[in-house]
Amino acid sequence: MFSRDRWDEILEALNANKFRTFLTAFGVFWGITILVLLLALTNGLKNGVTAGFGNFATNSMFVWSQQTSKPYKGLPKGRRFNFKLDDVTALKNDFPQLKYVSPRNQLGGYNGANNVVRGTKTGAFQVNGDYPEFIKQQPMDILQGRFFSYSDINANRKVCVIGTGVVKGLYDKDEPALGTYIKINGVNFMVIGTFKVSNSQGDKEEDANTIFVPFTAFSQAFNFADNVGWLALTAHDDTAITSLKPQIMETLKSRRKVHPEDDRAIGNFDLAEAFGRVNGLFSILGVVGYFVGALVLMSGIIGISNIMLIVVKERTKEIGVRRALGASPWTIKSQILQESLILTILSGMVGITFAAGVIWVFNYVLDSNGPVENFANPSVSMSVVFTALIILVVSGLLAGLIPANSATKMKPVDALRIE
Amino acid sequence: MIQIKDLHKSYHMGSNSLHVLKGINFEVKEGELVSIMGSSGSGKSTLLNILGMLDEADEGSYTLDNVPIKNLNEKIAANYRNKFLGFIFQSFNLINYKSALDNVALPLYYQGSPRKERVERAMHYLDKVGLAPWSHHLPTELSGGQKQRVAIARALASDPKVLLADEPTGALDTKTSYEVMELIQGINDEGKTILVVTHEHDIAQMTKRIVNLKDGLIIDDSMVEQVRASQYV
Repeated sequence: MFSRDRWDEILEALNANKFRTFLTAFGVFWGITILVLLLALTNGLKNGVTAGFGNFATNSMFVWSQQTSKPYKGLPKGRRFNFKLDDVTALKNDFPQLKYVSPRNQLGGYNGANNVVRGTKTGAFQVNGDYPEFIKQQPMDILQGRFFSYSDINANRKVCVIGTGVVKGLYDKDEPALGTYIKINGVNFMVIGTFKVSNSQGDKEEDANTIFVPFTAFSQAFNFADNVGWLALTAHDDTAITSLKPQIMETLKSRRKVHPEDDRAIGNFDLAEAFGRVNGLFSILGVVGYFVGALVLMSGIIGISNIMLIVVKERTKEIGVRRALGASPWTIKSQILQESLILTILSGMVGITFAAGVIWVFNYVLDSNGPVENFANPSVSMSVVFTALIILVVSGLLAGLIPANSATKMKPVDALRIE
Repeated sequence: MIQIKDLHKSYHMGSNSLHVLKGINFEVKEGELVSIMGSSGSGKSTLLNILGMLDEADEGSYTLDNVPIKNLNEKIAANYRNKFLGFIFQSFNLINYKSALDNVALPLYYQGSPRKERVERAMHYLDKVGLAPWSHHLPTELSGGQKQRVAIARALASDPKVLLADEPTGALDTKTSYEVMELIQGINDEGKTILVVTHEHDIAQMTKRIVNLKDGLIIDDSMVEQVRASQYV
């Protein structure tokens, strides 16, 4: 179908009126550019917002104890309670679907009173007693030294890993932190590592001003016994944490003698649900991007169809001559179809290329000006490009269909009579 | 070569019906050079269009080179036109954005002959009408007489059985007309059957037979002494 002669014929016809060809092509060019750019921007927004979740294992939830709101088994309402270490063991045993169950206790808190002393320097930092797997739930970059391990847990070693904000607050510039001691609530802990959370979900500063201590040493040093303030639960990838949530809550309630319908006793934050909501939002944004882009593209295609109709009308006589010389109706039709197809595809390709250039510039500016909140790396995948190309081919054929039919509707004798 | 029996054609415009051809009987042998004359509205163009399969008759039979021409669909008609007929138009009808050579090669393109052969044959016919040096010029760069010669070369390119010329000199001055007629006579001398529609007597005199049409009927059909166009040129 696409012989070299056919190419020549088509290019000649398109070349015969360059300016009009250009204007026609511009509609489709613009449409596909908008389509690709919209999708890229949507993607950039998505990348930016999901980067906010960091590398945090998104199939996770957090559970903490609050006050009971209903009396149960002779216990009053308004009772404060704590999870216990055997709750952790119970959860691990009852729910093999859970990958990590990390208990945590906390001291201080953001903007709290000064609780950490080193020599003459003091600071108010958040102190977390954690298990070693916590670093797998919320990955962080260890800048120096190491995170603590199970041997630290088992030996109740008083060691700690401190954030960059802590280093800044307690140490002079370029002073080595590893191996030194800091005093947390009057107890000395040896610094074995420093960390940085690269993609902070919450406040960057808050993450930087955090000290991690082995859970066991923390409980011992600060007299928490077997109490657990906070649990981070991560399910295996094949199970959604959200689907496990009701059973987990039920187990915890019954173990802590909380009324089964007392929803206020145990606080929780379901990261998977939040992540899913955000993801859902972006799938909708993606659909909107396609929709709007396709509509803009459609106006370009109608433009092509329109111009091809005019071209056919203008070339009525030429088409008559061609038919007198022996062109069959199908030859004429397929030529018109192919002209519109080539016009669409060519301008579409230029549009995609142009959009790619614009995206490149975006990325260049983003890179050189540093990160922007909630926006990162706008891009489209190859599958989007292929989808766009398929849309172009289909629409090019559609655009040519009506003009192609009208080209051969007239009898050659009438076509020849047109002046 | 051409046999026409009892050919009728009417045009319908709204409620009016115009009976243009009212029973034409007509035969052309191979190698003839026939002019069809008549005033406007006499039906000569309609007759030529039917002969050229651009239009279909309502009644009657038409046989071209022993092939009955009837019940044509557009595809077959296009094929027959391509194989059997060469058209020469009053307004040349060259394709503006194609060079003279490409214009001549167009019927061969629709025949599906390979590019190289097309160019060779087109060049041969352009040479025959004396326009080889202008082969790469666009029609807009050629004079009227040159354009008509390109058109004649194009009509000849597919080596048709019959050439149909509709007022081939209608848009040309007398001198150029005679030059074109000289060319047509030359082609006829080589044995090609040619039909010329004209209303100019001097042009008609340069053919070998004049058919006179009036109100859709042939009123006169006679052989004439051919006047060679070369004596005027």
